[in-house]
Amino acid sequence: MSSTWLTTRAWLLMLPLLAVMIAVIGWPMAETVRLSFTDAKLVGLTGHFVGLDNYAKILSGSNFRGTLSTTAFFAIVSVGIEMVLGVLAALLLNQQFYGRTLLRALMILPWALPTIVNATLWRLIYNPEYGALNAALTQLGLLGEYRSWLGEPGSAMAALILADCWKNFPLVALIALAALQSVPRDLIAASLVDGASALNRFRFVILPYLAGPLMVALVLRTIEAFKVFDIIWVMTRGGPANSTRTLSILVYQEAFSFGRAGSGASLALIVTLMVTLLALAYGALVRKAAGSAA
Amino acid sequence: MERQSLARKIALHAAALLLAAVILAPLVWLFVMSISPPADLAAKPLRWWPEAVDFSRYRLLLSTVENSAGAAFLAALRNSLLVAGTATIAAVLLAIPAGWAVSRTPSIGWSLGLIIGTYMLPPVALAVPLYMALAHFGLLNNVFSLALVYLTILAPFTTWLMKSGFDTIPRDIEAAAMMDGAGLFATLRIVTLPLAMPVVATSALFAFLLAWDEFFYALLFTADQRAKTLTVAIADLAGGRVSDYGLIATAGVLAALPPVLVGLFMQRALISGLTNGGVKG
Amino acid sequence: MKQTVKMLLGAGAMTALLASHALAETQLNALFMAQAAYSEADVRAMTEAFTKANPDIKVNLEFVPYEGLHDKTVLAQGSGGAYDVVLFDVIWPAEYAAGNVLVDVSPRITEEMKKGVLPGAWTTVQYDGKYYGMPWILDTKYLFYNKEILEKAGIKAPPKTWAELSEQAKIIQDKGLLKTPISWSWAQAEAAICDFTTLVAANKGDFLKDGKPAFAEGGALDALTYMVDSYKSGLTNPNSKEFLEEDVRKVFQNGEAAFALNWTYMYNMANDPKDSKVAGKVGVVPAPGVAGKSEVSAVNGSMGLGITSASQHQEEAWKYITFMTSQATQNQYAKLSLPIWASSYEDPAVTKGQEELIAAAKQGLAAMYPRPTTPKYQELSTALQQAIQESLLGQAAPADALKTAAENSGL
Repeated sequence: MSSTWLTTRAWLLMLPLLAVMIAVIGWPMAETVRLSFTDAKLVGLTGHFVGLDNYAKILSGSNFRGTLSTTAFFAIVSVGIEMVLGVLAALLLNQQFYGRTLLRALMILPWALPTIVNATLWRLIYNPEYGALNAALTQLGLLGEYRSWLGEPGSAMAALILADCWKNFPLVALIALAALQSVPRDLIAASLVDGASALNRFRFVILPYLAGPLMVALVLRTIEAFKVFDIIWVMTRGGPANSTRTLSILVYQEAFSFGRAGSGASLALIVTLMVTLLALAYGALVRKAAGSAA
Repeated sequence: MERQSLARKIALHAAALLLAAVILAPLVWLFVMSISPPADLAAKPLRWWPEAVDFSRYRLLLSTVENSAGAAFLAALRNSLLVAGTATIAAVLLAIPAGWAVSRTPSIGWSLGLIIGTYMLPPVALAVPLYMALAHFGLLNNVFSLALVYLTILAPFTTWLMKSGFDTIPRDIEAAAMMDGAGLFATLRIVTLPLAMPVVATSALFAFLLAWDEFFYALLFTADQRAKTLTVAIADLAGGRVSDYGLIATAGVLAALPPVLVGLFMQRALISGLTNGGVKG
Repeated sequence: MKQTVKMLLGAGAMTALLASHALAETQLNALFMAQAAYSEADVRAMTEAFTKANPDIKVNLEFVPYEGLHDKTVLAQGSGGAYDVVLFDVIWPAEYAAGNVLVDVSPRITEEMKKGVLPGAWTTVQYDGKYYGMPWILDTKYLFYNKEILEKAGIKAPPKTWAELSEQAKIIQDKGLLKTPISWSWAQAEAAICDFTTLVAANKGDFLKDGKPAFAEGGALDALTYMVDSYKSGLTNPNSKEFLEEDVRKVFQNGEAAFALNWTYMYNMANDPKDSKVAGKVGVVPAPGVAGKSEVSAVNGSMGLGITSASQHQEEAWKYITFMTSQATQNQYAKLSLPIWASSYEDPAVTKGQEELIAAAKQGLAAMYPRPTTPKYQELSTALQQAIQESLLGQAAPADALKTAAENSGL
């Protein structure tokens, strides 16, 4: 069989997937680009060409910049905490203790819980009058009086991050745990003989095995956190005073609440561009990490 | 194995207990809310366990009386099953040939890279044209068109998993079958696919969980009981207009059951899927 | 594989078609909101009575939170008649008329309707001289108070002015009866605008002048300043800034608020001993006024039922709407929402057991103040919500926050 035929055959096998992807991703993407240069409305008006007007308005407005920094803050802090907690939990789960198998099995639960259910659950927990958090903290004597967790900008963001971390750190932990289990036993034994400190053992023996998988988890989680919509929609809808309004919420508002499909599309493309740049930067890091781990 | 000192053992078990508490406490509370009478949930100080266990909300949500809150919830459940099921089957069917092709013909691997790259597109970037197109063809508020849209999320993922799976199956086995005169499709069906069944199962599980979890497209593209999925139904309940927190919690428990059971019982498959992809990049 | 997907899609479309054609009856889809005003159970019961009287029409009911009502209606517009009948708020007819979302039903409105329905209710569905539906929920925000707490505090009569409200709340607080006596719905949502509008009405403020924002000064500025003062003084429950109406009701029913601003529906719910700890102690008066400016204040929070322009069953839809808004139906379910019909307020069947509410309604409904009428209402409201929250949180002075809102209002 000639290699040309093999390649052609491979393309033919790819064809159904490619066709669907072009229909549901390629075409809409191209259409979003076109819309972004128009003043189209969601319902009714097809819109006129307005050049770069939408982009200029968005980039010069204060809404976009504030929302961008809110999104970046959410993404960086929640993913950072998830990574650290995830690795710590994985190190723990890699030790010997009673009930280890059960605890490992439980770790999958928060991850399996649907995002919307998670958001709903935490919204109830944070309820200022009847929520479990206020009740637990005051009954333990840690809090003098009930607080409005989702009503203050600072604590609302912290509350969102906590809810997001609780759901996602177990996933990081499971990935890290699998990587830990791939560290050869004799390597650890050798480092023990050498008398390396626990910290050095982690830094020089274990971390190289963790780096690759963790980088992948980091990339995926960061991209997801940057696109965050569901949890915020349910818990705060962007409030109080827009302090938790992320880019996806802003696009929804522009395109679907205000019905401005054109500038909504421009905004969506700006977000896409940023996520792409982020992913490319990470991609370079992953390759570097993979290179150093091998 | 190193010998553990007593202090270390105690510290380890304490840490494990803490981790277990962190994981379980919110989940247990979700369940407790679902069986607590409304008065207990509005009590100050809060009651942590109901005086009398109350399962009435489960009966309410699972009732089939026409035009009731239960019928609406069950319709959402049915829609979620239909959408997730259809999307999963389609995503796996698309992924098998494509994953195999990329695995066996590395020279076209870049196309898969491109497809996986679409993962970083935020749904908001595709939503406006998809909405307009579905509206144009009269396909809004339809479970099957929603399933088609879900392929934007599921198909790249399943293809990537299938490709990693096929990578672990030696080509020699296929070559041997071909030598015996079997055609490509026969070889795939008789030799390769049976070996790849665990990966197919893993891909299907992931696809199902992803589809079950989806909210944004469902929020935009569905309107009523004909297509509205569970996630949207629950967000509607949680929107601050339902005063019985226990009812919201009950809907949450019911919606969480399928994925949580899948997670518990299919754990090995899920983790191998995650780490396979993860370790190999 | 693409074939399979296509076939699946085709099959789906076919089943949908067959399903709707196999039945001889007409299927109507109606969009309502969950809670506040008529309860979900009430709407279901009314609808059941309708389908019993019209066995050839089947009505599918869809309930979404108020926050989803507008977006759902607009989005469904593209789906070729997902809904036939939609509930709409008084603030939307301008936008819906501009976007051709609702059918102009002016020719269907009979003389009898015109004469029988209260004029205030009609403003809910009118825009540019046309009728876009029938009013269904005639509602405004009232001042509810806990009689027992006021009595304990030695307060003889509920407040007549907003200043008096603050004074009375201070007395209650000083006597240690409640830490924070007043509850409002000030979450970043339309609910906050309704409370704000009530105060704007009391202060005789303006939202717009000649189509341009005028709310950064005068009575509107006084209104926001009052909210901020009440919040900062600690008389207002600080959680108010994340409350919607149902949260206010829960707090009031639990006896944790002496005063609360809320819609009609709270009166009979808070008086129901099954769910409420304050049953029998619920007082209701029109929202107060401002000395020298107004006697009472009220926001027009009414809602109407309209036919979507995409509906294929406009006749049946109108039949359903006239049933839902008929005097008989409204009188029968007058506990959570009061009728739109003038003569109902003299009907003992309606007034019995809620004389206090009816008395408050007669004053409040007559004083209803509109939120601004503009096709860009959603943007204006979003900007105002932000201004209110920023002011409450101390991020901006009320005057500056309102000025920014005027710039961002899209007008």
